[in-house]
Amino acid sequence: AGGGNDIQWCFSQVKGAVDDDVAEADIISTVEFNHSGELLATGDKGGRVVIFQQEQENKIQSHSRGEYNVYSTFQSHEPEFDYLKSLEIEEKINKIRWLPQKNAAQFLLSTNDKTIKLWKISERDKRPEGYNLKEEDGRYRDPTTVTTLRVPVFRPMDLMVEASPRRIFANAHTYHINSISINSDYETYLSADDLRINLWHLEITDRSFNIVDIKPANMEELTEVITAAEFHPNSCNTFVYSSSKGTIRLCDMRASALCDRHSKLFEEPEDPSNRSFFSEIISSISDVKFSHSGRYMMTRDYLSVKIWDLNMENRPVETYQVHEYLRSKLCSLYENDCIFDKFECCWNGSDSVVMTGSYNNFFRMFDRNTKRDITLEASRENNKPRTVLKPRKVCASGKRKKDEISVDSLDFNKKILHTAWHPKENIIAVATTNNLYIFQDKVN
Amino acid sequence: MFARGLKRKCVDQEDDGEGALAGFGTIPSYSLQRQSLLDMSLVKLQLCHMLVEPNLCRSVLIANTVRQIQEEMTRDGVGQGAAPQSTGRAPLDRLVSTEILCRTVRGPEAGCPVPDLGDGPLQGPLPEICTVDAAEVPRSPQSNPWEMDSPRESRGSFQKSLDQIFETLEHKNHSSMEDLFSDMDSSYYDLDTVLTGMMTSAKPGLCDGLEGFAAAAPPPGSTCKSDLAEVDHVVEILVET
Repeated sequence: AGGGNDIQWCFSQVKGAVDDDVAEADIISTVEFNHSGELLATGDKGGRVVIFQQEQENKIQSHSRGEYNVYSTFQSHEPEFDYLKSLEIEEKINKIRWLPQKNAAQFLLSTNDKTIKLWKISERDKRPEGYNLKEEDGRYRDPTTVTTLRVPVFRPMDLMVEASPRRIFANAHTYHINSISINSDYETYLSADDLRINLWHLEITDRSFNIVDIKPANMEELTEVITAAEFHPNSCNTFVYSSSKGTIRLCDMRASALCDRHSKLFEEPEDPSNRSFFSEIISSISDVKFSHSGRYMMTRDYLSVKIWDLNMENRPVETYQVHEYLRSKLCSLYENDCIFDKFECCWNGSDSVVMTGSYNNFFRMFDRNTKRDITLEASRENNKPRTVLKPRKVCASGKRKKDEISVDSLDFNKKILHTAWHPKENIIAVATTNNLYIFQDKVN
Repeated sequence: MFARGLKRKCVDQEDDGEGALAGFGTIPSYSLQRQSLLDMSLVKLQLCHMLVEPNLCRSVLIANTVRQIQEEMTRDGVGQGAAPQSTGRAPLDRLVSTEILCRTVRGPEAGCPVPDLGDGPLQGPLPEICTVDAAEVPRSPQSNPWEMDSPRESRGSFQKSLDQIFETLEHKNHSSMEDLFSDMDSSYYDLDTVLTGMMTSAKPGLCDGLEGFAAAAPPPGSTCKSDLAEVDHVVEILVET
């Protein structure tokens, strides 16, 4: 992938309800491929997780890669009520992270604002038949009627996929969890809320270690919160966390038990010519992702995507403008709260292209090598499989060319906050409010 | 933080470089815009989702914005000894354009002092202000100052309450801003309690679930501090349960 040839993206599938009336519970809140890319998980506001599985490739029809079909659906989190504060705890799934596969079963972590759960997803395609002491329907036979010995045998059955909660990690977060990240040791993981980051062992649910705490002694002095956190993909003692002031701190857990003192602080000096009352808000980082190589990290703030070299703290090595035409609209976007939208970002498998969402169901890709970028739209209008998506363009001001869309016609209710890229192939999953789109590159 | 003179000059693009007086016609506009932004921010902080805990990140960002505006206003000498009520409230019923507030800063640093506007009614016609559709502001069911046809009474009372908040913010020192965050740890909606307590003439409609606390609101004219002391007491009881 990458290199000199531009990828041509084609529509592959769309999942979810067709009608415009969106049920709030169906709003997609997270999207994540597993490590092989065979499974694609989504979480929604209603606390459900839906996992799609890629079909095995059809050797005869090699037009496209396998389709994703529903593999398992389960209710991960339920709404809860905090009686002390008289407040509801939303069941919305904030993040899903897959564990690498160790045996036949799959494991993932899913979290809402307060509680993280480890789910085991396993297949059952055989069942024992021919019990000695039980009837077929499960009732126990009268022992006096048993005269022979019979050993049950496994017989095939229709595939059943079961999800069961194996661990529940609760009561460790006073504030809302925004991130979870599995360590490269595959034994521990971190969970981050607005003010604290905790380290857990996957086997132990009754305690966690607090590794970052930025809560001021006097809450009146609070001016900055944690917005995202992630473990380094290779270095099991290293993690980063981003803040609402646009800074990223890299911490080394070997340095001390409480990583309040960062090893590195990444911050770009402010551009004085762009200063406004909204500068801080738009500098707030909504997502941070390490590259697969571990050499770079990417951050997303309201208007841009930045790539940082871990060896250079004072500025990013690359900056990509996602929707600079919004800069003159910041006050309106503040008024309607859109300025607080938290967009995510992701890398492709080879770290050569990055992707993020925007408004009007647009999403953007930036090729780091060719420096070319493209805007595409997730829409049911491009419904035919293998239809190449037409690039979109937003007209910032002045004369609008044909096929361009003016800034004022953008639909700010149609936002793409969550996107994911298959770890190996050019397959992407893009979530609109309540639909999941899957696009693939054109296979000749 | 802000290059004070820069902002003033850039407000009026045509009169670039002509000095303070040249921009005079548009300076009230900037001040109004800033005022409007401050009021909008305060409204945002107050609107509470009663059932679910408010988003801390959003609240912190809005509070920081309020602080920035307040600091700039203090540096400009706005509001010292002035009655906030008459600071051109007329445009409040229409949301003001984004353009001026978001405009990038250009031009050399200028030390032109900003004339104290006083707070009398604006002289001359208001410069053209584009309006943003007010329909998008999240609003509570009861108090609705943004709609033209809302009953005068509640509209007036809401504005008066905003004035009181503004007054306490202006005349108090910096620490009053932090008061907004007091006891956030134990029970976040106390932020709303604090603000509700200040809005003595507003119906408890803005934060319906806090009727119990709003009823304890002291009579008009009492200071912010006594409101907070009461709130603290109430919160203490809450936390101990």
